[in-house]
Amino acid sequence: MLAIVGTVPDQKFPLSTGKVSLKEDEIWIQGRRVHVNRGTPALLAAAVKTGEALGQSELFGYLIGDIGLGKGSRNLYEYLTENLGRSEFSAITFHYLQPDVDWHNRVLSAIKEMVKQPVLIADAGFMYAAKMSGQAAAYDLFTPDVGELAFLADETAPHPFYTRGFILQDEKRAPDLIKRAYAHKNASRFLLVKGKKDYLSDQDGIKATVDSPACEAMEAMGGTGDTLTGIVAALIESGMEISKAAIVAAKANRLAGYYARPTPATQVIEIIRQIPGALEEILEEKVAATK
Amino acid sequence: MSFLGFLKPKKREKLVESDQDRGILVFEHTSEVIRAESVLKASGWKIRVMGPPPEIQSGCDLVIEFPLIEELNILRTLQKVGASPLEIVPVSSPLLRPVDLFQIKDFDQYLMVRAANMKLTVEKKNLNIVNISGGGCPDVPYLAQEMVGKSLSKAPNPREIGHTLCGYALQLAYEEMTRKCSP
Repeated sequence: MLAIVGTVPDQKFPLSTGKVSLKEDEIWIQGRRVHVNRGTPALLAAAVKTGEALGQSELFGYLIGDIGLGKGSRNLYEYLTENLGRSEFSAITFHYLQPDVDWHNRVLSAIKEMVKQPVLIADAGFMYAAKMSGQAAAYDLFTPDVGELAFLADETAPHPFYTRGFILQDEKRAPDLIKRAYAHKNASRFLLVKGKKDYLSDQDGIKATVDSPACEAMEAMGGTGDTLTGIVAALIESGMEISKAAIVAAKANRLAGYYARPTPATQVIEIIRQIPGALEEILEEKVAATK
Repeated sequence: MSFLGFLKPKKREKLVESDQDRGILVFEHTSEVIRAESVLKASGWKIRVMGPPPEIQSGCDLVIEFPLIEELNILRTLQKVGASPLEIVPVSSPLLRPVDLFQIKDFDQYLMVRAANMKLTVEKKNLNIVNISGGGCPDVPYLAQEMVGKSLSKAPNPREIGHTLCGYALQLAYEEMTRKCSP
C-alpha cells in the first residue's frame, strides 16, 4: 500500500492516520475532512484519482494540522519514528512537513527498520530536510521545481531562500543544476524536475523531457506540482517502474491541465477533476505505441 | 541468526546530530543577546548561546543559534520586544545571504512575481491575489488560504502571519509585487 505523509493548514486538525478517500472536493481520513486546495490534500486527491483510474486499492494517509509553527510536524515526526518501523508500505511519499534535519534522520532510521524497504518519494519541506541531512541518495524520487532544483544544486544552501545568486534559477540552466545536484550527492536516485519543460534524470544524466501540452498558466497555479507528485506516487504503487511512472505522470499532469483550460487564477481542483481522463488517454497512447 | 531472523525489525542506527537547519542571530551588544535568549526560551524555542563563527565580522562576542526554518516567526517575536538582531545567517555557511533576485512573468491580465521558491500572482485590473504557488514549508498552504481572493492591499501580510523561510520568501515576492503595482 502507498502511504502519504503531510500536513493540512488547520492548527486544530489532530494527528489522523488511516485510509484516505476523496468525496467531492474534500479529503476524508478517520471521519475528518479537509478541503482540497493545494499542499498535501491536493497530492492526496491526485493520488486517489490516479489510484481509482488504475483500479488500485485505497491509500494510507498520515496527516496533522500545521500552519508553519512546526508543532504539528514534530508530533507527526515523533509518531512516524515510533510506528513506521513496524509498517509494511510498498511506497511512502513525504510532503509538506516543517523541515527538521534531526527529526528527518530519526524517521529515515525508522524506515530502515522495516522488513521490506519501500520506494521513498519526497517533495516540499521533507525533501528540503532530506537534502540538508546529506542523505538525499537514500530516496528514490524527488520532485522539485526549478527554484528547489537550484537549492539542491547549491551544496551550501540550507533552504531555497538562501540559494546563492550565481546559481541562477533559470529554467534553461536546469540540466547544469541537475548535474551539480548529483555531483554533490544532493539528489535522489531519480529526479523529476517540474517546469516549463519537465526533466527526468538520474546520476547518468537526463533520461527524458516532457514539454507538451504546454499550459503557461499552470506555473502560477498553486498545487500543480503537488498533483504531479500524487500521480507519480500512485503510478509507482501500481508497479510501474519509477522512470516510466515519472514520464507518464508528467504527461498526464500536463494533459489534465490542458483539459482544465486554466488561467493563472484557476484553482488546482479543476485539474484534479481531469486526471482520470488524461491518464486514460496517456496510457492508451502508450499501449498503442507498443503494438 | 535464526531461520526467521530476517523477519525481525532491524536495529536502529545511531543518529548523528546535524546543524544544517540551524541559523545564527547576531546582535550588537551582549545585553541584547541575554534579552533575546530569555524571550526565545520563554517562547519554547530550542536555542543556544555560543561564540560567533570566524566568518562573522560584526556584532558582539556572543550569538544565538536557532532553528533557521522558523526565521520569520522568531524575527517577529524579537521585533515585538525590541530585540531585533543585527544580522541573521545560516550556520552551514555564514556568508550566505537571502536570495535577492526576482523573476517577473506577465500573463496579460495577470502578473506573477517569483522570489526564491515562492510565486505570487495578481489580477492586474483589481490587484486581487489569484494564486500562490511553490514553497515547501507548512505555512505555504496556510498563507494561500488566507491571502488568495483578497486584494494586495487588504490581504494579510506574509510577514505578519507566515512563520518560515518560505513565508519570508513570499513576503519578498509580495513586496516586489506591491512595488510593481504601485501607481
